[in-house]
Amino acid sequence: MITVESVTRAYGDFTAVDDVSFTAHVGRVTGFLGPNGAGKSTTLRIIVGLTRATSGTATVSGRRYVDLPNPGLEVGVCLDASAQHAGRTGREILTIAQRFMGLSHRRVEEMLELVSLTPEEASRRVRDYSLGMRQRLGIAAALIGEPEVLILDEPANGLDPAGIRWMRGLLRDYADRGGTVLLSSHLLHEIEVIADDLVVIGNGRIVAQGAKNHLLQAAGSIVRTTYREVIATALSDAGVTSSPVGEDGLLAQAEADHVGKIAFAAGVPVIELRPADGAGLEEMFLGLTAETQRGTTSENQPVGAVA
Amino acid sequence: MTTLDTAPASPSAAPVVTRTTHRGIPLSRIITTEVRKMFDTRSGFWLMASIGILALLATSAVILFAPDDEMTYSSFVTAIGIPMTVVLPIIAILSVTGEWSQRSGLTTFTLVPDRGRVIAAKAVSCVGVAVVSVPLAFGTGALGNVVGTAIARVDPVWDLTVTNLLTIVLANVLGLLVGFMLGVVIRRSAGALVAYFVYSFLLPTLSLLLATSQDWFRDLQPWVDFSYAQSALFEGALTAQQWAHLGVTGTIWLAIPLTVGLGFVMRAEVK
Repeated sequence: MITVESVTRAYGDFTAVDDVSFTAHVGRVTGFLGPNGAGKSTTLRIIVGLTRATSGTATVSGRRYVDLPNPGLEVGVCLDASAQHAGRTGREILTIAQRFMGLSHRRVEEMLELVSLTPEEASRRVRDYSLGMRQRLGIAAALIGEPEVLILDEPANGLDPAGIRWMRGLLRDYADRGGTVLLSSHLLHEIEVIADDLVVIGNGRIVAQGAKNHLLQAAGSIVRTTYREVIATALSDAGVTSSPVGEDGLLAQAEADHVGKIAFAAGVPVIELRPADGAGLEEMFLGLTAETQRGTTSENQPVGAVA
Repeated sequence: MTTLDTAPASPSAAPVVTRTTHRGIPLSRIITTEVRKMFDTRSGFWLMASIGILALLATSAVILFAPDDEMTYSSFVTAIGIPMTVVLPIIAILSVTGEWSQRSGLTTFTLVPDRGRVIAAKAVSCVGVAVVSVPLAFGTGALGNVVGTAIARVDPVWDLTVTNLLTIVLANVLGLLVGFMLGVVIRRSAGALVAYFVYSFLLPTLSLLLATSQDWFRDLQPWVDFSYAQSALFEGALTAQQWAHLGVTGTIWLAIPLTVGLGFVMRAEVK
């Protein structure tokens, strides 16, 4: 379990991380989502003690990371797959981790096999690795100590679709066996297929967090119709806010069932009516982050109306 | 600001993870791993190998070019020592700055969060390299002296005492620590290398110029010029005053900046 409590990090006048609190639970994959520069990496660095928080605390399994006697055996970390000495081979990088942790040398070959790096690739120097290979190596280094907690910054960067599917399976399995996973991304689609819980950050502040399913429900439903104006008015009369999506769609801030009844009562045919799912979450993500990026302070403004 | 807070669904029935208390990482393991890291890149390997290669080249040069009467043990040791006094500090610099310039520190300081222990382990490994390689250089020099004088058909001259050899080892260790200090203070490979050449070649020259032109500086020089104080180590046993010179200049030019640099390393963000 990872607990972040009121963590703030200021650089002079600039507050990179502003009063951030969240928990990554055991057995779940927590997605840490936000646009570039939102404070994700800084928060992760604070958790693992590479950056000091100006205030607030972060603990892993109840202890500060820097107090862990042999952190690699408890927390697997990959903050930047490219942050390796380019002149070392992949195998050597794993060997260094294995030595620091005091593990059997056998673990190195096991990990290479786990992340599908061939012996020939493992003998190549990291400068000749693709980003995808570096990510695989980074995940291998994070897992080598059989930790209970994984912290990965943008792990899907550079992975091809097959690689992303592989990683999703790996992290799912890891969480199902009782592990805690915290991974960050600036791409919603990447994270929404992997994560159970989401923490959305924009401009250093948490703008939304909770179980992915709940956030999806909160994101409303999509209705497509050739009579968009009529339905928009009917929804508005019923107290449901909505915003146009695409050619003929509306994102309504209500469950599909409720929207259907309103459309039926208004006597308007619809082409399609469904929970917003990913589309809604994306609207929410763009909306919430755009809002904080603009620095507006509008309270309780419906999510859909912002976008 | 809009904040959507929905409680996370209760975690699925995960097996209770047993809390095992892991033992800490012994310093010896950090040291051996850091030693490995000095050799495991192509540049690191060749830098180490260059010590041996340069020692052989220097020995050959003395045999080939030195007049017979100057073919003494001290000539060999001096010839081998010059490239070594340059290479050892570079090894020390790169062992520290690599963590920042190559960004491998992100991994190192995550696996060993106590940065003081990492830096201490690096210092021990670097000094270890000096303590091993300098006697090897003495051995190469001795071999050169035997072979060279045999070729020239003159009697070998052994004109260095054990004290000489020990102070030369100390001089090399100090030179290496200067590189180490610059690495800790600057934390960038290119910058630290430039600083090293300014520190060990430009500053002594300026100091020499000042001493020859300014009377007031002449008496002061041994107390402020670290390089001048170190040069005594290559000339035999030191007097009490020379040790004092070494102590004072070493404090100013090595101990104090190293302490300040360590302070930065302990607090600085690792990115």
